[in-house]
Order: sequence, then structure tokens, then C-alpha cells
Amino acid sequence: MDDIFNNLDSFVDGFSWTIRLTLVSAAFAFAIGVLLTAMRVSPVPLLRASATVYVETIRNTPLTLVLLFCGLGLGNTMQLQFSDRVEWDVFWLAVVGLSAYTACFVAESLRAGINTIPFGQAEAARSLGLTFGQNLRLIVLPQALRTVIGPLGSVFIALTKNTTVASVAGLGVQEASREMRLLFDQGQTDVLVVFIGFAIGFIILTLPVGYFFGWLSKRLAVAR
Amino acid sequence: MTADPNAEPAAPVDARPLVVLTDVNKHFGELHVLRDINLTVHSGEVVVVIGPSGSGKSTLCRTVNRLEPIDNGTITIDGQPLPEEGRGLARLRSDVGMVFQSFNLFSHKTVLENVTLGPVKVRKVNKSEAHETAIRLLERVGIADQADKYPAQLSGGQQQRVAIARALAMNPKVIMFDEPTSALDPEMVQEVLDVMTSLAREGMTMIVVTHEMGFARRAADRVVFMADGRIVEENTPDEFFTNPASERARDFLSKILTH
Repeated sequence: MDDIFNNLDSFVDGFSWTIRLTLVSAAFAFAIGVLLTAMRVSPVPLLRASATVYVETIRNTPLTLVLLFCGLGLGNTMQLQFSDRVEWDVFWLAVVGLSAYTACFVAESLRAGINTIPFGQAEAARSLGLTFGQNLRLIVLPQALRTVIGPLGSVFIALTKNTTVASVAGLGVQEASREMRLLFDQGQTDVLVVFIGFAIGFIILTLPVGYFFGWLSKRLAVAR
Repeated sequence: MTADPNAEPAAPVDARPLVVLTDVNKHFGELHVLRDINLTVHSGEVVVVIGPSGSGKSTLCRTVNRLEPIDNGTITIDGQPLPEEGRGLARLRSDVGMVFQSFNLFSHKTVLENVTLGPVKVRKVNKSEAHETAIRLLERVGIADQADKYPAQLSGGQQQRVAIARALAMNPKVIMFDEPTSALDPEMVQEVLDVMTSLAREGMTMIVVTHEMGFARRAADRVVFMADGRIVEENTPDEFFTNPASERARDFLSKILTH
């Protein structure tokens, strides 16, 4: 156990980066996901098609490739720079990749939610004179969202764990699993103990999230 | 001018044509659901559309606010042709109330919110004013005490009365009823018909697709009988029910009125 407590600094530091990476990426993923969903149900065929192509392409690309593209493609080749400080620069490159990737899963969940809403409600909204945007914002999306809170929780948990890919995939972003490997590289700790310590860290992070989303889902359920 | 015994029944005095369908045709794939429909509904008039299922009466009802686009022909509301998609259409739809067979209340909103949504978001009425109007309308349809409940907590008849209040809140020029009692348990049909009858008495312009012949007799100014996508016959309820002119109508009436 000493191996954990002696290295509490890198433990805490690692997970604080994990949390930041998760929260920022989740916010962007949600916003992009809502936008993609709106595009996919819009009356404009071009918007529908481009959203579909985006979702199907990114969703079916391994996350490692997406993040490698952000690091090597956007960062190195295209010289996209977010910050003068390296740790923040790679952080934002990782956020781009993680949110672009996770947005697809948000969009797919929301679309499944939309399909559960009786079509007549959208017709009733149109009959009242609501525009497409109002219909989406006031009637369709709020109900879709409340239906898929559970699945969105799973997406959030997956994202939390996916942040670990960001340090392997050529970006070298600081996050918990990177700290763990750095400790291993120093060779002065019991690998198994440190390993279990970090694994428990992730569970402590994600378990309450799962329960919270479950509770929220029950609380906000729409009775039909 | 000599009186023509076959002329359409006289519309109320100084009534203007409000909903005018001219040579309207529509297909669902191969199926020709509306054939050369010509229909004029005047302000204050109550027109009941009846006919066998599959005759196109619901489709007719849904074309009036373009929930179903038509293939050709024209539809005008208060002299204005129906716009294609977009804000113009949304504005026009706000003047045409719609009551559906399956109520279609917004499940995530309370009864009160269902009724105030349109006025606040579309008409830009301020919230307290919309609230007052909504309560008044809910009282009129007899469910003000349920204002804070959600649709799923109400019976079918109550939900349909909320749907009528929601349509009325927009202060529409005309209300379309698409089989408003067909999804209701028998004991709830009357409460909805009572509300509709009182609306008709108060001079609301209504187009009602229904199988309720009692309502047609009591409240309609004119009955339109449809079969196979055509308007086969239109007449006053008295004339239509006692002396139908077409074989199709006689056949239809004999099937539904014998038991």
C-alpha cells in the first residue's frame, strides 16, 4: 500500500488531468452530438447526408487512429497550435479527437431517443405553427434527451476511460494511466499494487457517474 | 335568379369563404387518395366529412394545413394560398387549429404548458396573459382542475379536451378535427362531442372528420360524403341522412344506421 501513498502526488495529478480531459471533451461532445442529431432529422437533405457520413466515418474509426490523426495530422503536419505550453497544447488536441469521436455516440443515442417520441407530437407542434427549430428545441430534443439519459451515462463512462488512449496515441497527454506507466518505468514500485490502485481510481470516478445517470434517468422519465 | 334545388346549402349570411380547396389531387404511391377535390368552407360554418375508411377524409383534413402536401390543385386559407415549407407555412398553420385522433399532447409538459406553449412561442403573447387565457379555456372544456397534471395522468376524453383547448388558445380561424373520438372509450365520447357542439354553436368554423352521425345531425351545417377519394355528395344533414342522393351514400348509411 505504501507504493500508492508514497506516490499519491502523481496519482492525484494524473486523475486531475483525466477529470479535466473528460469534462471538457464531454461538453464539446454533447454540443456537437446535439448539432449532428439536429442535422440528421432536418428537412435539408444535404445536412442529413453530411451528418450521416460524419457519424458513420468517425464512429467506425478506432479511437487510436482518431487521436493519432489529431496529434500527428493536426498537431505536427498541419501545425495547429492551441497553446504555447506543450501540456495544454496536446490537451486541446486530445479534446478535439475525443469530442469528435464521442459526439457520434451522443448523436446515435439521441437519435434513438427521438425515435421513441410518437410522431404525432411533432405534427401537433407543427400544427401550432412552431418552426422546425422550435419543434426540435421545445418538443423533440427535451423528450429524446430524457429518454436516453441512461445510454448517455454509458457514453460518458466510456469517454472517461477512453481518455487513457490520449497518452498512448502519440500525443503524450497527461492523464492517470500515463502517470501509472511513468511509475512503472521508474521501476521502484510494486507493479500489481500500483496497477490495482489506478484501476480502483477509475472505478471511483465512473461508478458514481453510472448511479447518478441512473437516478437522473428515473427522475426525469417522461410518462406516456 | 331562380333557386336551384341542387345548390349547396346556403352559408350563413355575409360569411366569407375561409377554406377553399380547388381541384386538389394527391397520391400515396400508386394510390390516388384525393381526386379532384373542390370544397369551400365559409366562416362560421361547420362541415362534417363522413365516409367509409380509406375514402381519403383524414388525408383531406391533413392537407388543409399541409401536414400532407398535395400533388396539384390549390388550397387557400382566408384568401391566402398555402405556402411551401418555411416560416410562411408555420405562420399560416398557427391560424388553423388541429385536433388529432390520438390527441398528441406533449408528454413532457403539463396540461397548462400544453395550452400556453403555442401562444407564448408562436404568438409571442406574454406568459401571464397566456396563462389566464389557458385557465379560461380549460374551464370552458371542464378540466381546469387538472391544469398541473401531465397528459399521461388524464383519461382519453380529458386529454382530447385539453387538445381542443390547446387548439383554441391560438385563436384559430378554423379548427380541423381528424376523427377526434375514434380513439376514445365509449363512455368518454360524449364529453368531447359536447365540447365540440358548444364550439359549433358559438360560431367556430370547423371541419370535422367523424363517424359520429349523431354529432353530424346535431351540429353540422353541411355534410360532405366521401368515397374512393372523391366528394360524392354534399348536403344539409337533414337532407343527407333522410334522403341521400347517391347509391354509395345510401349503401354507407344502411351499413352504419341499421344497428
